[in-house]
Amino acid sequence: MTENLQRSPLHEDHLALGARLVPFAGWEMPVQYAGLMAEHHAVRQNVGVFDISHMGQLIVSGPGAEAFLNHALTNDISRLAPGQGHYTLLLNENGGIIDDLIAYRTDPNTFLLIVNAARITEDWTQLTSLHAQQPDTEPLVELANLSPACAGLAIQGPKSRAVFATLFGPDATYPEKNTVISSDTPEDLMWLCGTGYTGEDGFEFFMPATTASDWFQRIVAAVQAEGGLPCGLGARDTLRLEMGYPLNGNDLSPDHTPLQAGLGFFVALNKRAFVGQPALLHEKTAGLTRKLIGFRMTGTAPPPRPHYPVLSAEGQPLGEICSGTLSPTLQYGIGMAYLPPTHTTPGTPLQIEIRGKTYPAEVTKKPFHRPHS
Amino acid sequence: MSTVLNHLRYRPSHEWIEPGKSPAAVGITDHAQAELTDIVFVDLPAIGRQVKAGDPIAVVESVKAASDIYAPVSGEIVGVNEALNGNPGLINTDPFTEGWIFQIAPSNPTEPDTLLDAEAYRAHIA
Repeated sequence: MTENLQRSPLHEDHLALGARLVPFAGWEMPVQYAGLMAEHHAVRQNVGVFDISHMGQLIVSGPGAEAFLNHALTNDISRLAPGQGHYTLLLNENGGIIDDLIAYRTDPNTFLLIVNAARITEDWTQLTSLHAQQPDTEPLVELANLSPACAGLAIQGPKSRAVFATLFGPDATYPEKNTVISSDTPEDLMWLCGTGYTGEDGFEFFMPATTASDWFQRIVAAVQAEGGLPCGLGARDTLRLEMGYPLNGNDLSPDHTPLQAGLGFFVALNKRAFVGQPALLHEKTAGLTRKLIGFRMTGTAPPPRPHYPVLSAEGQPLGEICSGTLSPTLQYGIGMAYLPPTHTTPGTPLQIEIRGKTYPAEVTKKPFHRPHS
Repeated sequence: MSTVLNHLRYRPSHEWIEPGKSPAAVGITDHAQAELTDIVFVDLPAIGRQVKAGDPIAVVESVKAASDIYAPVSGEIVGVNEALNGNPGLINTDPFTEGWIFQIAPSNPTEPDTLLDAEAYRAHIA
């Protein structure tokens, strides 16, 4: 099978660093450089830099942008002051998850949406379709997809602030958690965002694809000077799973609602009408039929992986793993699965079926790991 | 450059076996361990199991993937490396000695000689 994989603007840099490249969400991206374990520990202990150029950047602007997005997305975007951002979800009419994303208000009438690579097309289709349904009497809203021209880098780990100071000087304003700083020189650097996907302190930033290689080389040097490493998608996955962060495609899909996924905190159910709201209100009244739980292996076992069957202690099939791995920090297997409400209390014994054998596990609270702060 | 030992025989799927011995130790090559990266779990075969050449009989797991290990020859599994249960990383640090996976008594003592020799295996991974 041949696939037309997109390449990051950092492709040559990755090859020069000895990266192993794999297909991911239609992109050819580094899964690891030095090794997944070393990269994982580098982020927990020092700092790492990830290429996130595959992620999408959509701009929604105009006097009607706030009202439009408050109808399209689950969180209450009117709460964001300029410079602030939050986690939110884009749903279909059934309350199913099209995408999870971060929305930033970069100025009073402009919003930046950072979306998943594999969902850029679906997001764009949904937003443009909602836009087309708007009556002409609504205030003006403009949509733009900047993804093809944008590159992105994530710096994550307890030494992220030291890397930031190396890059921008000791007096530069650090993008604190859930804030965005728009650059004065967008031809070089576009946005600095206080977000990440590892549970550690850190920031993500987005720049024109044309300047990405230069930034990356400077950042890799700054990261290495702090005892850190360039990191691939392998470590990104184990780091996010230790925090219990869902991954779109594995843990989130149009078959699941944010309530089932435990993301109710990011749904402003009682704001004005939004897409999926009636379905969620109905589900809340009727009660959840399944819920995304965390589990851990309680004995010696192979690493749990997606699609392995999850059974009750008595051997009754309950569901299947959506994300699973050996936790490099905890040194035991962890994962997530959608289970019926009878099997969601922490401590509930489970079994995981791996290659025809069953191994003991138990429901456990998320996050699986809490970084020192 | 990965190490290939001259006295061993190789299956193209990256298992090595000691020729001219019964029981013969079997493991995976230095090239294979480097490709798999940090090995975190090994599913060992049952002792006494009769296997045919090419049967998947063990599983070596890194964080990212589970990889089948195939019987390089037909025979009976007569030993397994229990040390891998506590320290699967032995396959990474010492794939040809401490990191052996199982021992097989070949049904046909000359079958290992039909596998790739070191020179052919080097060409295979080049």
